[in-house]
Formats: sequence, C-alpha cells, structure tokens
Amino acid sequence: MTGTFERTQTLREWLTDNEPSSRTQARFGRAYLSWRSLSRNPLAMLGLIVVVGLILVAIFADQLATQSPFIGGDLRTERLQPPSAEHWLGTDSQARDIYSRLVHGSRLTLMIVVLVTVIAMPVGLLIGTVAGYAGGWLDSVLMRITDIFLAFPRLILALAFVAALGPGIENAIIAIAITAWPPYARIARAETLTIRNSDFIAAVRLQGASTPRIIARHIMPLCLPSVIVRVTLDMAGIILTAAGLGFLGLGAQPPMPEWGAMIASGRQYIIDYWWVATMPGIAIFVVSLGFNLLGDGLRDVLDPKAAR
Amino acid sequence: MKEQAPLLEVENLNVRFHLRTGTVEAVRGVSFSLGRERLGIVGESGSGKSQTGRAILGLTPPPGEITADRLTFDGIDLLSIPRRQLRNLRGGRMTMVMQDPKYSLNPVMTIGDQMIEAYRAHKRASRKEAREKALEMLEAVQMRNPGRVFSLYPHEASGGMGQRAMIAMMLVTDPDFLIADEPTSALDVTVQQEVLRILDRLVAERGMGLIFVSHDLRLVSSFCDRVLVMYGGKVMEELASGDLESAHHPYTRGLMNCLPALEGSAHPLPTLRRDPAWTE
Amino acid sequence: MSSVNSGYEGGGRTRALFSGLGAIGRVLSMVAITILGLLAVTFFISRVVPIDPVLAVVGDRAPPHVYERVREEMGLHLPVWQQFAIYVTNVLSGDLGTSVLTSRPVAQDIARYFPATLELATLGTLIGTVLGVPLGVLAAVRRGHFIDHLVRVVGLVGYSAPIFWLGLLGLLVFYANLGWVGGPGRLDISYEYMLTPVTGMVLVDAALTGDWAVFRNAISHIVLPASLLGYFSLAYISRMTRSFMLNELSQEYIITARVKGVSEQRIIWGHALRNALVPLITVIALSYAHLLEGSVLTETVFAWPGLGRYITNSLQNADMSAVLGGTLVIGVVFVAINILSDLLYRLFDPRTR
Ligand SMILES: Nc1ncnc2c1ncn2[C@@H]1O[C@H](COP(=O)(O)OP(=O)(O)OP(=O)(O)O)[C@@H](O)[C@H]1O
Ligand SMILES: [Mg+2]
Repeated sequence: MTGTFERTQTLREWLTDNEPSSRTQARFGRAYLSWRSLSRNPLAMLGLIVVVGLILVAIFADQLATQSPFIGGDLRTERLQPPSAEHWLGTDSQARDIYSRLVHGSRLTLMIVVLVTVIAMPVGLLIGTVAGYAGGWLDSVLMRITDIFLAFPRLILALAFVAALGPGIENAIIAIAITAWPPYARIARAETLTIRNSDFIAAVRLQGASTPRIIARHIMPLCLPSVIVRVTLDMAGIILTAAGLGFLGLGAQPPMPEWGAMIASGRQYIIDYWWVATMPGIAIFVVSLGFNLLGDGLRDVLDPKAAR
Repeated sequence: MKEQAPLLEVENLNVRFHLRTGTVEAVRGVSFSLGRERLGIVGESGSGKSQTGRAILGLTPPPGEITADRLTFDGIDLLSIPRRQLRNLRGGRMTMVMQDPKYSLNPVMTIGDQMIEAYRAHKRASRKEAREKALEMLEAVQMRNPGRVFSLYPHEASGGMGQRAMIAMMLVTDPDFLIADEPTSALDVTVQQEVLRILDRLVAERGMGLIFVSHDLRLVSSFCDRVLVMYGGKVMEELASGDLESAHHPYTRGLMNCLPALEGSAHPLPTLRRDPAWTE
Repeated sequence: MSSVNSGYEGGGRTRALFSGLGAIGRVLSMVAITILGLLAVTFFISRVVPIDPVLAVVGDRAPPHVYERVREEMGLHLPVWQQFAIYVTNVLSGDLGTSVLTSRPVAQDIARYFPATLELATLGTLIGTVLGVPLGVLAAVRRGHFIDHLVRVVGLVGYSAPIFWLGLLGLLVFYANLGWVGGPGRLDISYEYMLTPVTGMVLVDAALTGDWAVFRNAISHIVLPASLLGYFSLAYISRMTRSFMLNELSQEYIITARVKGVSEQRIIWGHALRNALVPLITVIALSYAHLLEGSVLTETVFAWPGLGRYITNSLQNADMSAVLGGTLVIGVVFVAINILSDLLYRLFDPRTR
C-alpha cells in the first residue's frame, strides 16, 4: 500500500514530505526548501546566473574566444583599436583582442577563487572546530594565532607573503589563502561552541565515538552552512585581492590574461585609450557583484539570524 | 460607574495585521468605556490585550491597521486628530507602563535623564525644574534615595527599582489615564506586591483612569472595579469584580477553575477548554 | 539608610575601578601577545625569502671567508630563536633595518611617508562616516523605500568594484576630461617645494602656515582619492548603520519613548542612534583600518607618496626590510585602532563601565 503510494508521489511531494522516511530524503528535502526560498530572491538568482556564467565561460573559453589571448595582430595597425565589429572590446597595446583575453582570464579568476577556497576553508574549519571543541589552552593558543592573522590587513599581509615567495599566480593564491582562513576559523569556533554541549553530541560521545570522529562527522557538517555563506561572501573579496595583486604586478605575470594585470597594463593609456583598462575592470566588477549577490541570498536562506 | 462623560470610549475596535501570509486579526470588535475607574483586561497569551492598549495610544506597529466606530479620549477622536496632537496627548494625558524595565528603559541614558525627557516633552520647564519634578516623583514611588536612583543607568537598578522608576517616569506629567500592561509579571514575586501597592496608591490619589492588563484573573479582580475577559481578540464577557463568581461564559469559568486553589489540590489539573465557535 | 547607600555606592565604584584596571591589564597583555605575533609573522616571512640575504650584501662572487664573516655579522649563524630575539629587540628599539632602495633607515622612511597615508585615510573615514551614518539611519527608518535601495546599491558597488579601477576611471573623468580636480600627487609641481613640512600632512601644514593657495591646491589633489576611499568606507558604514538601527528600532525602549510622546526625530537620532553608536564605533574603527589597507592600491593609482606606495615600490625592488617594516607598522596601527575602538566602546556604553 505504502509502496504504491510512494510510487505515485511526485518528486516535489517527496521533497516536501513532512515526515521524511530516510536521512537522504530529509537532506534533499531541506536543500529543496532552501533552493525554493533562494529562487524567490531575484537578486540572488542574478548572482547565481553571473557565477554560472563565469563557470561556463571558463569551460568554453576556447570556443567563445574569437582570437588568441596571447598572440596579437599587427603591432603597427592593430594596437589600441577601439571596440569594433572585429574586436568587440578593442585591442590592447600588444594588439591583442581584449574580449578574447577577458574570456580566457575567467579561467584564472575561477582558478584563484576555487584554489583559495579549497585551501583556506578546510584549514579554517579544522582550526575553528578543534579550538571550539577542545577548549582550554588549545583553544586559547589557536584563537590567539587567528587573531594575529586578523590583525594584519589582508592585502598587506598577502603583499608581504608574495614579496617573500616571489611574484606569480601560485604564490598569490597561497598568500591569499594564508590571509583568508582566520574568519572561517572564528565562525566555525562560534558554531562549535553552541553545538558542543548539545544533547546529541553527548549521546554520540556516550556511544564511544572518538574525538576526531565527533569533530569530523558531527560537528564539521553542522558548521559548514555558516562557513559556506561566509566563503561565498568572501569570494568577491578574494577576486578583488587577487586583482589588486595582479594590478601591482605581483600576481599573474604577463602575458597571462589576468584581469587585474590587464588593468595595470592599460593604465598608462587610460586617457587616450580608455577601453584597455576599463573592460577588465567591468569584468571584475560584474563577477564580484555576482558572488556578492549570491552570498547575500545564501545568507538570507541559510542564516536568517544574520540577515537584515 | 457613577461617571459623567466617560474618559475613554471604545466601540467596535479592530486591529488587523496584513502580512504576506495572510491577515492576522489581533483585536476584533472590542467595545468598552472607561471613566476615572479601573478596568482589568485578562486573557491568555495572544488574546489581543496588549494590542488593544497600543491601539488606544496610537502605537500599533507598522503593518497594523486600526478601525473603530468610535475611539475617543475625553471627547477627542483619537482616530482623526493630527499625529502631532496625538503625540501631545500621549505621555501628556495618557500613558502606559510596560512589562519589563530591563528592556523598556533606554540602556544608555540615566533614569533621571529619561524622566526629564518625559517631562519636558510636554511641559515648558527648565532642566532644573524638570529635575526637581522627577526627584519628587521618584520619592512618590518610595525610592529611598531618589538622588542616587536619578543618576543610575537602568542596568544598575534592580527589577523592582526599575519598574518603580518606570512608573515614576510615566506619571511625571500627571496624566489622566494609564495603561499598565502586565506591570509586575517580569518582577520577582517578592517585589510584585510592593510595586502593585505603589501603583494602587498613585492611581487612587490622582484619580486616574486605569486599564490593567494581566494574565492573572484573581489579581485583576482584586485590583480593578471591572474585568474584561478576552479570547482570540474578542471580548468574551465584561463583569464587575464582585460578580466574578456569577460569570456565565465557559471561558471565564474555565479561567477561574484554573486558578490554583489555596486549600486542597485538584487532580487532575484542570485544563482550559477552548471553543473555536467563541471567536466566530 | 543613606550612609548604607553611599557605602554601597563607594564599594560599587571601587569594584568598577578594579574591574576596569583588570580589563586594561587584559587588553595590554593581549596587545603584547598580538604584537609579538606580528613580529613572529614578519620574522617568518623574512626567513622564507628565497633570496640569500648574505649574497644580497656581498654579491655572488665573494670568497667563502668573506661570506662567512658577513653571515656572522648578520647573526645568521645563531639559532633561530636567538635571531628572533635580536629581531624583536631591534624592532622595539626602533630599528627596522635599512632600506636598500633609499639607503635610509626604514623607520625614518616610514616616519616620512606615513603622514600622507594618515591624511588620506582620515579624510576618507570622515567622509564615509559623515555621509554613511545618516544614510544608514534613513535607510533603516524608510525601510524598503528609495533610500534603502540606494544604500543597498551603494554597498554592493562598494563591495564589488576594484578600488584601483574606480580610481583610474575617476582620474579619467574628473581630471583628464572635466578638469575638476588636481591630478596625481599631493600638490602641483609648482607648489611642491613651497611648503615647509611640520606634521607631514599637507592640508594641516598649509593651514598652520596660513598658506591658502597651497591649501586649495592640496584640496584639489586630495579630493578625488579621499572621496574614493570615503565611498568604500561609506558603503560599509551605511550598511552596518542600517542593520544596527533596525535592531535598535525594534527594541522596547523605543516604544517607551513613543509612549512618552517624544518626537519621532528625537527617537531616531537621540534614542536609537545613540544606542546604535555603541557597535558603530567598532565598525568605524574597522573601516578606518581598512582604508589604511585600501590606500596601498589607491596610492599607487594616485602617485600618493604614502606608506602604501612605499611598500609597493620597495616590493618591486625586492627591498625586504622596507616591505616588512611597512607591513609591521600597518599591523601595529591596526592593533592600536582596535584598542582605541575598545576604549571608546567602553566610554559610550554605560553597561561596560
Ligand atoms: N506586529 C505584529 N504583526 C503581526 N501580528 C501581530 C503583531 N503584533 C501582535 N500580533 C498578533 O496579535 C495577537 C495579539 O497580540 P497581543 O500582543 O495583543 O497579545 P497579548 O494578549 O498581549 O498576549 P501576551 O499575554 O502574550 O502579552 C497575537 O496573536 C499576535 O500574533
Ligand atoms: Mg501582551
């Protein structure tokens, strides 16, 4: 009886079932509800479209680009051309097509964001949950270290690290990741403190679970939503920091089509050839805006307390 | 009771909140009139007691909408007077004591400054005069050391002290009408009696009209002349305090049965019967 | 009775004083640890540099014994903790090393460049606060109306646009095309040497010496970068003000004030904002600290001779002592601003006194 009933249930009914019959169903159901309230927020959807657009452009960069991002045209006739049918966004001082460079630059931007997140998020999560769960001197030491990193302005610290490691995109990524984790650790710790003394953790502990297992299997997943919100909100900042390093000549090195570096290379021509520096700036702005809108929307859905 | 023109007349008062999820009818067709006497309003949580009081003072929060056939204070139509005039009435001639002094006093202003502000919002007075008036009022609520209380910040005062200061602040302009919205429910039992006694005396001395809102039927009936029993935004029954025993309405009777009896104990504990039909 | 009361009062005061001292002690020890941590970070960075500092001094063709001698002179043969101790002692005595680029002590360089940054960041924060706080208040009061949306848009643009790009566009539009403002630098070249430095801040110095022509010129130069930094500070401050105000306006004491018949303006600006000011202080301090950071990029765009440009210049010339000295100073200023905001917080919130 129930079997036939379940089979005739639509997917939506299954997702919104008030009495989920499995953990998976509950999880999917919650994700579905979050998605529904996110999709009702037009600005967040706009942000999502931008982010998905960035990913698509990065994947299909070869198909989308009309010309080579590295090899320019004739230096005598095709330098610093204004936007036209042939060069949609004009050409730069090396006679390269700015549109094609921007399209390929999306890969660098995406790579920076993903790598920084992949490095910084686990580090922050680990330090925060361990500090929060262990408490005592370990907590004090870890939080002091976190505070010290927070005491440096982010760009300056990244600058100092790049100075030490040498310019280049890999080092820029490492430097940004080093400066990015402390807020995640703070948030994870705060969440852990509220979970630590809850009954279900006590129950798990009574069942004999080891501390690492409790942290990894029970505490970290619960901290994840707020950390993810924070990371999404941070992504725009990561993009801007990376662009700033690129602009200062410390990030991606020429001839890589990194957007910040492209602005720097157009800087000296800004007065007569405004598009060279303006176009990459628009790209950075649109992508950061997308991440910000999406992050705001996610926060409203996943963390209604912090909304407003 | 034996009055000429009533101080407050309320006829068919409705308060609605139009929310995205639908309309909440917080108060539905409440009518009563009040002279210089004491009216108690009882009812369970969410029955619309506070919203009735706030509607009278014109303090219904934003999405709320008030309608009434008649809402007058001392002959003044509260629904049609300009905002400015309503503000002058509020705090000047009608006022309210709120539930919890911990939240209802501004934490970054001294009690004295808040009292001076209340006074000077309505009376042309120098700071010095206002200060004297405030100290006088603090003495009237039996503060042992008015000067000290005057310069305290709210967090430095105990709950009973805070509530007495609140009463002093709200009465500093000699209003004619006071709403006390559960004035003692946030307080320690030991100071509840004291605060009630002070309130009782001040209301009597000044001949004010009082609306006393509470959950506690017994308290209300001992404190007030008449009692309004509310449920689901509606008035179920209006009774003189003495006639409580002869209440007809099943809800009122239910409320009375739920009062813990002093002698003997009831088993099982009585539960309150509610009937959706009452709110039809 | 009154004597009992006053005794209680006295006791309360001494207790408050003691807890105040305890708090100050805690803050001081936190500061000490944080600054030691900052030093550890800069020291660590200086050690991971792939450039051999000895080679940088002696050149790569120096004979081994010269190399060894220099290495010992630089203390590099000592254990790391000892090197760190020496580093800390040096820094605490004001020795940040010597800049390869300017061949002056780094501390001296910083003292010279820092006022320009301070001037810019201070003006930016002033602009951001003076406009951002009222804007945030109005956005909260008129929630969902035009000004609320405006604050949202201003915030989103501020959080999303690269500051150096906006700076370049600003120069393009307001300097090159419209000619409304002065160009890069703090003064026109013709004014550059007319001013005797007192504080190092051009506006202040010009005002002090009563040199109004220089003052006007300096204003025309600073207005664009300061507005730009001010915009970023405004984006942050207005958004936070809005959210603090929404919180305060939903508190019970606001209803009390309404019951008292206090005017709406007074409720907003006197009651709610006065309470919102408590957390806002931290926000404004934070925004100030971040403008010091934003100045690195802004100074590069506007050729502003401040600390940020000093750091980036040194960086491009692999002048590590200068970079780390500058980094350290900004870190310490960061910490100092935090302490200041903490103290102000205590001043504004009677509950923490
Ligand atoms: N701002 C609001 N928006 C929507 N509904 C509201 C709002 N304020 C009150 N209500 C609704 O109005 C009804 C009556 O509320 P009211 O505060 O008058 O109850 P009450 O009798 O004072 O209860 P309590 O004893 O708990 O104070 C409640 O059901 C509440 O949900
Ligand atoms: Mg109530």
